[in-house]
Order: sequence, then C-alpha cells, then structure tokens
Amino acid sequence: MFDLSIVFSSVLNGLTMGAVYTLIALGLTLIYGVLHIINFAHGASLMVALYGVYFLKVKLGIDPYLALPIVVPSMFVLGYFLQKIIINHASHGKDENILLVTLGVSIVLENLALLSFNSDTRNIEIGYTLTTVAVGPAMIALPRLLSCLGALVVSLMLIIFMKKTDLGKAIRAVAKEKAGARLMGIDVEHVYAMCFGIGLSCLGAAACFLLPAFYVNPTVGNGFVLVAFTIVVLGGMGSFLGACVGGLLIGVIESVGGLFLGDSLGQVGIFVIFILVLLVRPQGLFGAKA
Amino acid sequence: MKDLKAIALFASVVACVPLFVHSGVILNLCMMALFATLLSQSWNILGGFGGQFSFGHALFFGMGAYTQGVLQIQFGLNPWVCLLLSLGSSALLGLLVGGLSFRYGLKGSYFALITLAFAEVFRILSLSTNLTGAGVGLMLPLSESMGNMQFSSREGFIWLILFWVVCALLITSWLKHSRLGAYLQAVRDNEDAAQALGVDPFQVKWIACALSASLMGVAGAFYLQVFQYIDPSLAFGPHTSISALVGAIVGGMGTLWGPILGAFALEILSEVTRNMFGQLPGINMVIYGSLLILIMVFLPRGFAGIRLFNRPKATDTAHPSGSIGVTAMGKEGEADPSTRDALRRQGSETPPSLNSTKVQS
Repeated sequence: MFDLSIVFSSVLNGLTMGAVYTLIALGLTLIYGVLHIINFAHGASLMVALYGVYFLKVKLGIDPYLALPIVVPSMFVLGYFLQKIIINHASHGKDENILLVTLGVSIVLENLALLSFNSDTRNIEIGYTLTTVAVGPAMIALPRLLSCLGALVVSLMLIIFMKKTDLGKAIRAVAKEKAGARLMGIDVEHVYAMCFGIGLSCLGAAACFLLPAFYVNPTVGNGFVLVAFTIVVLGGMGSFLGACVGGLLIGVIESVGGLFLGDSLGQVGIFVIFILVLLVRPQGLFGAKA
Repeated sequence: MKDLKAIALFASVVACVPLFVHSGVILNLCMMALFATLLSQSWNILGGFGGQFSFGHALFFGMGAYTQGVLQIQFGLNPWVCLLLSLGSSALLGLLVGGLSFRYGLKGSYFALITLAFAEVFRILSLSTNLTGAGVGLMLPLSESMGNMQFSSREGFIWLILFWVVCALLITSWLKHSRLGAYLQAVRDNEDAAQALGVDPFQVKWIACALSASLMGVAGAFYLQVFQYIDPSLAFGPHTSISALVGAIVGGMGTLWGPILGAFALEILSEVTRNMFGQLPGINMVIYGSLLILIMVFLPRGFAGIRLFNRPKATDTAHPSGSIGVTAMGKEGEADPSTRDALRRQGSETPPSLNSTKVQS
C-alpha cells in the first residue's frame, strides 16, 4: 500500500534521527556504566543545551554548527559541577536516592525554562534549513544529513577517546573496579565528575546537530528521556556498541512506525519495546547477563 | 493503639474545620492539602514501606479519574458506584503492572522507569481513543447534589477526601504494625535476607502495589468530581506523579505522619508562592524540585527524620555505612519509649521494628 521509496525515505529519516539518539544515549550509557546511576536529568539537560544553541543563534547570530565549541564545553562544566556539588552528596549509599536527585534536577531545569522562556515552541531559520539532498531515490533535508554525519563522528570520537586516552582508561577502570582504581591512584570523585561532564557534553553536541531540523520548548527533553532510556536498555546498560545499534534501530522503528500507525501511536511502539525489553531481557541485546 | 488515637484526633480536628472556618481560601487549601496527602500517602505505601519508587504513579491516578469519568458520562452510572469501580480498576491495574514488573524482578531504577513508561503509554492511548474523549478530555456535566457527588460547597468534598485520607492512614498504620507490613519493610531493607527468612518478596510487593494503586485511583476519581474535567496530560502527566512522590519524600518515607506533614507543607508553600509571585507558570514545580534535591542531600529521611520528631539514639553510630533503611526503621520503632514498653509487655504481637521481626520470623 505504500510506495517503496516512501518507506526507504522513512527509513533514511529514521537513521538520521537515530544517529542523534545514539549520541544522546551514549552520554546516558556512559554515566550509567561508570557511576551506576540513571541520570534522569538527561532530557532536561538536552533542553538546556538546545536553549543555549537557540539563543546563541538568535541573539549573537552564531550558526548552530559553529556553536559546537561553545556549547560542548559549557555543558561539560555544567555536568562536572552538577555531579561534584549536588549529586555526589546525595547518594547516602543508595542508588535510588541519586535517581530522585536527578529527577529533582530535571524538574527544576524544566520549570526554570518554563518560567524564563514560557512554553512557546521555538525553532530557528537558517539559509539551508529547507535545502534538500537526493540520497538514492529519496530526498532528505540537508540539516538532517549533517546532523547524522556529525553525530556519528562525535560518537566515534567518544569511543576512540574511551579506548585510547589515559582518562578513558581511568574511566573504564573506575567502572570495572572502583576500589581497585582508587588504590592505583585514580581520583574516583574526579573521574565521576568528568564522566558526568562528558555525558552532558554529548548532549551539547547533540543539541547543535539537532536544532537546525528541530525545535525547542521547556518540555522537549521529556520526549527524549524515555527514548534514550529505551535505547540504553535495549542495547544493554553501559554498552557503547549497544547504544549505537539501539539508537539507529529505535530511530528507524519510530520513523517507520509513525508512517504506518500515525505519529502518536508510533511513539507507543517505542514505549512498548521499552517495557518488553525491561521485562524479558533487561540486560539488553549486548549487555552481559547480570 | 497510639496511632489509632492520633488518627482519630487528626480526623476529628480536620472534620471540624469546615464548621468553624468559612473562608473559601482556607477551605480550598484544606481540601487540596488533604488531596495531596492522599496522593503522597498512597505513594508512601509502595515507595516508603516497600522501597519501590514509582515515577509514574499518575498511571493509577489517571486510571481512577478516567474510570470515574467514562462510566459516568458514557454509561450513566452513579458517581458513588463509579468511585468504587475506580478503586477496583486502578487496583487491577496495580496488580497488572506490579505483577509484571515484580514477577520479572524489576527493582530500583528499572521499576521507576517502567512505571513512567506505562504512564506514557496510557497517556498516549487516552489521547487517541474516542471513549476517553481523546485530546479534548472529559467534561463532567454540572449538577450539584449529594447523589451526584457534586457538593455545593467545599465542606462536602473535604469530608469525602478526609474519609479516604483516614482510610489511607489506617492502612499505613496497619502496615506499620502488621506482619505483612513487617515483611514489606524487610523486603525493602534487604530483599535477599528477607527471602532467606521465608518472606515471599513478590507477593508482599504485589499487595503493596495494589493497595497503593487503589488509593491513587480514588484520588483520581475525587479529582474529577471536584474539577469536573480531566484530559490525558492532567491524568497521566508527570505533575501528579511528582507531587505524590515529593510530598512523601519531603515528609519522610516509610512513616505514618511524614506524607501528611510533607503534603500540607508543600500545599501551604505553593499557596504562599502563588500569593507572592502570582500565577507564574512553573514556579511551584521549581520549588518542589529544589526541595526534593535539598531533602535528598541534607535530610534523606525527610521532615520526620528531624531530631525534633525522632529522639536521637545511640545506634546512630552503629551503621557508619549509612544504610538509611535499616537504621531509620529501627529507630522509628524504638524511638518512643512507651511503644517499646508496650511491645515488651505484649511480647507476642508483631513489633514494628525490623530487628525484632527478624528474630520472630
């Protein structure tokens, strides 16, 4: 009933969105893998980054892609101090407490945005917003293609960073064996905060890639939060490869599901996957059996 | 017994408020605070006593509200009958969601996330079916009468919600003192140890989930009767989930009076901010969120954990690891000398303190 080229372009659209999802989920899975906490404020932090990109464009006229060097470090700093000052002090030995604190952070961020910028949905217009490129039989918007490429590059950089650099090794060491890493002279608190910072800088990058083809409002993060959790759970908590595969998969499912079922019911598909994965295979596709 | 007396005192004092106070503002505040208490208290049953943090408790709230609305508007049932059916339907939903999650061993963050996902699914479903009025929501036709559960003044609603708050308090106090409640707290503090002692964790968590869900459903039905309108985001959106959870945590999880304390404090606080800043969107939630963070950082046991309410005990230093659950419960049960003596005298009755429960079972 559907033309094959429509399905193809829908899959393609899903892949471009999925690449950005991947980037967002990588941040989440990094924080989970190392700190063993679920950062519930992930969506709200993305929203903060999106507003940052938006205002850089509107007030200072900085192109979203050129805003990368500003937004990414700022998000890093935000994440670093969020962990160091607030989250670190709230655990009292129970992981659930951290979950509640990150929930608190997300409530505060979201509603501060609502207070300051009201609930309007905003987007930006740049010269190339409406430019399209032909990929095979399908046409795709240039910003989407760029966001896909950018997200993939950043994801790859992050994975290489984790494998090759000293800090990456320290992070992996802390993730595997906290006490042992501390004995080897690794400052665990610093690594935690760095991790949180890196996790949020992924969001900064995602926001820069996302905004030209997307919009921002105070609750925009909510949509992403469950999607990102779905990806992370699907791929296996803490697994980078899982986040990459899961991200692309969810992007395609959402897009094709939306094509066949309509937009809102397509979203239900994601949540149903989320619930099923949690119930049947909580370790995910690539996670080790707990 | 002491708890029952205190509950009776609380109920009679609050029940008399509408007789002496005629200011609409105060009556409204009183009603909303009681409503918030019901939300927090029902969250507390599962989250505080059972240790299963739900982030999507609005799921059961919405289920209650929509059952009340759909049965009344589409099928013309009497609201009083609907209220009981709302209770039943959300209890069933609680059994379903709790059964699924606990059967598959979800706990901690995973349980929080799955409740949130269920709430989202129901929000989207209610947004796309005609039975629930889709995006427009359901509007309850106005016809004030006792039989319609639409009272002409606030006092009727206050007494109605007070009745349910008292029910919630009685259930909580029963949980505090009964064998099931002791099992539940044991599972919260250390599931493996509890299981090793012969407690069935699935069963007790399942029952707690159904109890909690049914009270939440009643709150939803009440909401519809008062405001006569419900739509998908009011019913299943995050606002209700958050106020239920923040009230219980701020007041003190796993205590009888904490959620009341928390809910009243938050309700008064939001009334004050409304007077100070006017109707700024989001200001309430900013305060709720900040309070949640502050409480988690400085007072993880909530207001009820403040020394004033809870005499200091030597065991404070006995758990340097900071395992809040065990010490908090141990203390709560033993803090009051009279309770302790009473327990000693009765001997055979199940004491509220976890430490003694372990010995018994």
